Amino acid sequence: MLDSRPTPSRGQALRGNDVRGCFVSFMPVILWSDALVFLLLAACGAVTWYVRRQEHLLLPWRRVAQSSVAMVSLLVLSLFLLVGGLDTLHYRVALQDNNGDRTVYSPEVLSVFDKLVEPLRLHTEKTYSAPLAVTLYAKESITDAQGRVVREYPRLQYGGAHLSDAAQRDGDVVQRALMGAASGVVLALLLFFVANFKARRAVVVATLILAALIGMTMNLAAVYHVLGTDKVGQDVLYLALKSIRTGLIIGTVTTLVTLPLALFLGVAAGYFRGWVDDVIQYVYTVLSSIPSVLLIAAAVLMMQVTIDTHPGWFDTAAARADLRLVFLCLILGMTSWTGLCRLLRGETLKLREMEYIQAAQSFGVSSLRILSRHIMPNVMHIILIALVMDFSALVLAEAVLSYVGVGVDPSMISFGTMINGARLEMAREPMVWWALVAAFGFMLVLVLAANLFADAVRDAFDPRLNRT
Amino acid sequence: MIAYLIRRILYAIPILIGVNLLTFALFFVINTPDDMARMQLGIKRVTPEAIEKWKLQRGYDKPMMINSAAAGTGKLTDTIFWQKSASMFVLDFGYSDDGRSISREIATRMGPSLAIALPTFLIGLVIYVSFALLMTLFRATALDIAGVALCVLLMSISGLFYIIGGQFLISKLWHLVPISGYDGGLSSFKFVVLPIVIGVIGGIGSSSRWYRTIFLEEIGKDYVRTARAKGLSELRVLFTHVLKNAMIPILTGVVVVIPLLFMGSLLTESFFGIPGLGSYTIDAINAQDFSVVRAMVFLGSLLYIVGLILTDVSYTMVDPRVRLQ
Repeated sequence: MLDSRPTPSRGQALRGNDVRGCFVSFMPVILWSDALVFLLLAACGAVTWYVRRQEHLLLPWRRVAQSSVAMVSLLVLSLFLLVGGLDTLHYRVALQDNNGDRTVYSPEVLSVFDKLVEPLRLHTEKTYSAPLAVTLYAKESITDAQGRVVREYPRLQYGGAHLSDAAQRDGDVVQRALMGAASGVVLALLLFFVANFKARRAVVVATLILAALIGMTMNLAAVYHVLGTDKVGQDVLYLALKSIRTGLIIGTVTTLVTLPLALFLGVAAGYFRGWVDDVIQYVYTVLSSIPSVLLIAAAVLMMQVTIDTHPGWFDTAAARADLRLVFLCLILGMTSWTGLCRLLRGETLKLREMEYIQAAQSFGVSSLRILSRHIMPNVMHIILIALVMDFSALVLAEAVLSYVGVGVDPSMISFGTMINGARLEMAREPMVWWALVAAFGFMLVLVLAANLFADAVRDAFDPRLNRT
Repeated sequence: MIAYLIRRILYAIPILIGVNLLTFALFFVINTPDDMARMQLGIKRVTPEAIEKWKLQRGYDKPMMINSAAAGTGKLTDTIFWQKSASMFVLDFGYSDDGRSISREIATRMGPSLAIALPTFLIGLVIYVSFALLMTLFRATALDIAGVALCVLLMSISGLFYIIGGQFLISKLWHLVPISGYDGGLSSFKFVVLPIVIGVIGGIGSSSRWYRTIFLEEIGKDYVRTARAKGLSELRVLFTHVLKNAMIPILTGVVVVIPLLFMGSLLTESFFGIPGLGSYTIDAINAQDFSVVRAMVFLGSLLYIVGLILTDVSYTMVDPRVRLQ
């Protein structure tokens, strides 16, 4: 058994070393999307470090921090980010029987998150089972103790396996839920006291509620399938949690494409005018005149052909699915930069007539310096507002695109593929509703939190809103 | 005005050429017709003869841009670019992979698409604007805050949920209308009513909120204060003054989409089995029928540009200060 052996969860010291017999060695894998996420995190870190030292840049963020709604949504978002982040640290486990000097690594790419929730990932049932169920969803022929064949709901292999009698389930579920919630709250309160944490009441209440929910889920998930299982018996809670990373990547990595294109082209068009403006305007008018779903569909179809005709490019299935995800972000970015570019061009046109720009020009300051010192800082609020507003739209778009068949790879776990797989099961009798509800519920919480946070950021940064 | 329109139409030509070149590059340069043939025929064990035959049947066996073998104008016209891409300018979309004329499919499928999209658009516009006016009337009260909260909640829900949930509740649970299907004439009413209702509900969140922002921006202006000072009622101020002045930003967002209504909606049509252009596109995407997707991309951008011109014309109708020249 590969999994029963002690495995270093964060054993950087062991990387590459073959410590057979003691640990399972592993090879860290950095997929393309992981690298882009790290790049994005580094950029965010650099910006944070810079902003923290500038009081005037910090001011709007202080306004964001004063909003209870923003802070509660930030709390929820950071939980999603934590799951997505852990799910981004990938590795491949070395297979047990490696002959010779070369270690052979499993073709399956796992993440730290997979390791943390290993029971959820490995405890697969035969097929559908309802949330918190102890039996399968459909009746099967079972041979009982007397040798007779009866039609019955068979017990699950893992869900509620600790119960000797299925009738004990309700009491056990309530007891476990209460215990989990209580321990979550107690832990959170302990943490508050140890860290001497001071926050607004809304934030404290939200933290306690979240802690109770997480504690409850964790305590139940240890022995039940909290959100049921899907067609091939996979735990729906696990699928929903894995979908978070895909959604977050679509929402954030796309900005890596959008931002430079929109920023440089928009500012250049507005500042230099003349033929530069004409060319850039032409390019974005052409791109924005194609309905975006169709452009995305066309580009994804073409990418699919390229991927299918070059199977040798990828060493694992995960790498192929991942490259498709990165391409999807690229294509989404290519179709969505035009709106921001138009906004930035307009703002730069306005700014370049300002007296301080004209003063700089008459002093002989170079164009590059005017752009970087005087124009860019003054359009940053537009960029920030546009980026946070786009995030939720992109997360929602992923589900639609996956349904249309031009989204992520069908083998990649995402909200879109979950919905796509589950929507036909509505016709079953009794209905299989849990996978759909789980996907829509997780998506709603993520997008709602992102929308509320984006609103707070917009309110704090938009200079047009007059504040008192 | 006429001169302006002619100039705008002339300006649309280079943009359409750009769209055409872009789709040509996307469909024929990134992946050669050979790649597509291999994809369609299956990756493994495909003979060169089979690829050649596939290309010949679909007219992809010609050179890309310049045919040096042909004589005279044939150098340019007897090429993939001319026959597959440039021909779309005269709305000649060629044939789909199953051999049907794409232009005829578009003509017959426009009707069902419009039967869903037009009522959704009109009813939606009325409801969104009324809801936004209501929120503006009760601005900064609990009603307004509740309305905005409802909007944020509604816009955070995936569009797929409205469709799946609506189908389940109305058709499966309550058996009020059939789940999907379509029929010509008046009997199509029972098929189109659910998609329309769902389409309207799905747009309430973002649209009402957007209109509310527009109205709130207007309501802070001086002419509103003057109107109130004259003693006009708040309702009158809203409906005659604010609504009229907010027409320009409303039209900017609304008129552009009118021609695109012909294209239908991908999601709604495929879920409800409406034989419109949206489901045509989605079927083509799933069957990887590139000529149909290419035609729809071109048609979509053509209609979008028509929408932009219509927007400018509509400005002159609501605001006499706007002169097009």
